[in-house]
Amino acid sequence: MSAFISLLKRDLLLAVRSRAEVLQPLFFLLVVVSLFPLGLGPGPALLARIAAGVIWIAALLASTLSLDGLFRADFDDGSLEQFLTSGHSLSLLVLAKIIAHWLTTGLPIVLFSPLLAVWLNLPREALPVLVKSLLLGTPVFSLIGAIGAALTVGLRQGGQLLALLIFPLLIPVLILATGAVSAATDNIGSSAYLLWMAAYAVLMLTLAPFACAASLRISLS
Amino acid sequence: MNPVMKFIHKTGSPAYFYWLSGRMIPWLWAIFAVLTIWGMYQAFFVAPTDYQQGESYRIIYIHVPAAWMSMMIYILMAIFGAIGLIWRIRIAEIFAVSSAPIGAAFALIALITGSIWGKPTWGTYWVWDARLTSQLVLFFLYLGVMGLHSAIDEPRKAARAAALLALVGVVNLPIIHFSVDWWNTLHQGTTVKIGGGSKMPNSMLIPLLVMAIATKFYYGAALLTRARNRLLDQDRRRGWVAKKIKEDQL
Repeated sequence: MSAFISLLKRDLLLAVRSRAEVLQPLFFLLVVVSLFPLGLGPGPALLARIAAGVIWIAALLASTLSLDGLFRADFDDGSLEQFLTSGHSLSLLVLAKIIAHWLTTGLPIVLFSPLLAVWLNLPREALPVLVKSLLLGTPVFSLIGAIGAALTVGLRQGGQLLALLIFPLLIPVLILATGAVSAATDNIGSSAYLLWMAAYAVLMLTLAPFACAASLRISLS
Repeated sequence: MNPVMKFIHKTGSPAYFYWLSGRMIPWLWAIFAVLTIWGMYQAFFVAPTDYQQGESYRIIYIHVPAAWMSMMIYILMAIFGAIGLIWRIRIAEIFAVSSAPIGAAFALIALITGSIWGKPTWGTYWVWDARLTSQLVLFFLYLGVMGLHSAIDEPRKAARAAALLALVGVVNLPIIHFSVDWWNTLHQGTTVKIGGGSKMPNSMLIPLLVMAIATKFYYGAALLTRARNRLLDQDRRRGWVAKKIKEDQL
C-alpha cells in the first residue's frame, strides 16, 4: 500500500512540475470543441442539440492523446521493469498510475465542462447531468485506455493504434453518457443511464488493473 | 496427467499438429463444398419467394451465416487466446491470431450483404440500426486485434498481446451489444430461434441452417491452413521443418 501511495504521489508531482502535461489535453479539448461551431454554423438550436456529443467526443480524443504517454516515460527509463521486479502487486501499482492519470486529465476535463456547455448552448437543466456523466465516464477512459497504453507501450505507431484499440471499447460510455444528457434535456429521468455508467465504471475499476498488469508483462517480455 | 491435457499437449506438438491438420484440411474443404453447393442451390432455386420482401430476402443465406460466424469466431478467438495465455500453448496462440482475419472477413461480408439487402428493403444502403452498428463495432474490434498483432515484430509476444486484447474485447462485447441495442433499433426482430420454434417455413430454414454449418467447415479449413503456414514460418529454422521438406521432396 505504501508503494501505491508513493507512486501516486510521484506521478502527481511529475504532472504538476511539467505543467504542459496537465494543460495540453485541456487546450486540445478547447480547440476541438471550438471547431464544431465554426464547422457547423453558430445556430444556437443546432449547438444545443449536439453539445453533449461534441463535448464527449472531444473529451475522448483529449484523454486518448494523453494516454499514449501514460507508460512511455517509465518504459524508456526502465522504471516499469523495476515495478515488475519490485515484488509489489503490479495491478496495484498500475492502478496508482491510472488514478494519477485521471486526476491530471480526467478531472480537469470535468471541471472545464461547464464552460464548454455554455459555449455550445447546452440547456441549463442538462448541465448537472453532463458533469455527473463526465465524472463517471472519464475514469473508464483512463481504465480501459491504460490497457491499450500498456499493450502499445514501446511500439512505433503507438498513438493511432491506441485509438483503434480503445475507441470500440469506449462506445458504451459514449452512448450512455449522451443518452443521459439528452434524457435530461427532454426532462425525462436520466438516472437509469447514470446508474448504468456507475456500474460500468465499477466493473472496469475491478477488472482493468489486472488486464493492464497482464498487458505490461507481455509488453516487457 | 489427465487424458484431456495429454490430448492438448500431443496435438500441441508442432510436427504432430502439422501432420494431423494436413490430413484434416482436404476433408474439411470437401464437406464445405458439398454443403455450400447444396445449400446455395436450395437457397436460390428451391426455397419459396418471401411474400413481403420478394426475392431480395435470399441474401440472408449469406448474410446470416456470416454474421453468426463473425460473432462465434470472436468468442473462439478469445477462448484460444485464453488457453494460449494460461497454459502457454503455442498452437492455441497461433489459432487465436489466425482466427482474426477470417472473423474480420465474415464481419465484412455481413456488413456488405446487409447494406445490399438494406437498399430494396429500407430504401438506403446504410442505416444506423442497432444490429448493423454492433456488427460494425465487431469489425473494428477485429481490426484492433489484427492491428496490434501486426505492430509487434516478435511473433509470440504479438500473439500474446493480441490474445489479451481479444479477451478484453470479449468481456466488453455483451456490454457494447446491449448499449448499441438501447441506443437505437429498427431492425426486424429475431426470426430464427433455437427451441422456441422459428417463424420460417422449413423449406426456407433448412438451407439457412445448412449454410450455417457449411461456414463452420470453411472456418475449420481456413483456420488450419492459416495455422499451418504460420507454424511453418515461425519454425523455419527448426529441425522438424527441415525434415518435412526433405520428406516432401522425396
